[in-house]
Amino acid sequence: MQTGPNDKDIISAVLQGNKEAYGGLVNRYQGFVFTICLRYTSSREDAEEIAQDIFVKAYRCLADFRGDSKFSTWLYTIVNTSCITFLRKKRLQTHSLDDEKVFAVADNLDGGMRANQVEQKSRIAMVNQAIQLLSADDAKIITLFYKGEQSLEEMGEILGMEPNTVKVKLHRARVRLKEKMEKHFAQEVRDLV
Amino acid sequence: MNTEYNMEDRLWDYIDGSGNAEEKTFVEQLIATQEEWRKKYHELLDVHHLMQSSLELDEPSMRFSQNVMEEITKYQITPATKTYINKKIIYGIGIFFLVMIAGMVIYGLGQVNWSDNTGVSNDLLTKYNPGKIDFSKFFNNTYTTIFMMINVVMGLMLLDMWLGKKKKEFA
Repeated sequence: MQTGPNDKDIISAVLQGNKEAYGGLVNRYQGFVFTICLRYTSSREDAEEIAQDIFVKAYRCLADFRGDSKFSTWLYTIVNTSCITFLRKKRLQTHSLDDEKVFAVADNLDGGMRANQVEQKSRIAMVNQAIQLLSADDAKIITLFYKGEQSLEEMGEILGMEPNTVKVKLHRARVRLKEKMEKHFAQEVRDLV
Repeated sequence: MNTEYNMEDRLWDYIDGSGNAEEKTFVEQLIATQEEWRKKYHELLDVHHLMQSSLELDEPSMRFSQNVMEEITKYQITPATKTYINKKIIYGIGIFFLVMIAGMVIYGLGQVNWSDNTGVSNDLLTKYNPGKIDFSKFFNNTYTTIFMMINVVMGLMLLDMWLGKKKKEFA
């Protein structure tokens, strides 16, 4: 939830020449932007680089934000296109469901968990590890819905899809997440839910 | 499989509150009366609650916002697109092309010999043969050549302006 001045006030201040005010927007959205970038690359350095580019791009194009939608929706559109472009450019490894490496990662996580005192693993860690096993698109759509505070219509705007398509994709992503949790964290799921 | 997907889709809609009132009532009834639906509903609801409560955002390094703020000092906010794209020019270009197309069509139709009733077929397609239209009058005279030259010069000027702008950006 937002605290402090709202996005539109900050944007007005920035457009009037108060560059420092932009820091408010960066602080507010950096976690989400960085998380989405991290869905596309396992490297935190790369994710930070993409996130930084996104904020710079958003700053330079700030005058184009018309205020028809929420600032977050507009910003996440830049996030989406930037991540896809970055992925194309660098051909980063993504965690695809069909990728054999995913299963290797999953097995390691699973094995690691069992060896490393399962009881100490929190629900939060389990969910976030399960998310990492999903494809970037699935992880992104779940993060947008649960953490981005975006409606299906807004998500459609961000992803360039019809809201109904987004809905179906979200359903499928959640099913796949459930399957991942059941497969790799079966014991924890039984304990937790 | 399809039935299961259908059930899951409807239950997710119900959980997200995205279905209409009629659908909501219907799903509520199914959950209340059918064990399979009830079981699945609780299963999905658990996942939903888990997502709501446990999904965490990663945080970048402590210096991240400072890095962004340092980076933006190198840049200026570019003017809004609407301020430098003049819609009148776009409409003007559109009208120009429409007039050109309309002129060509009218000229083409003007070439048709409407009074020619000889032959078996008398339909428009037979009369209007685009291959036989004499466009050489258009593309083989001084005015057209001048017009084309002006276009080329304008195109080169535009290219020069664009390259100049790019050069400034990189400088």
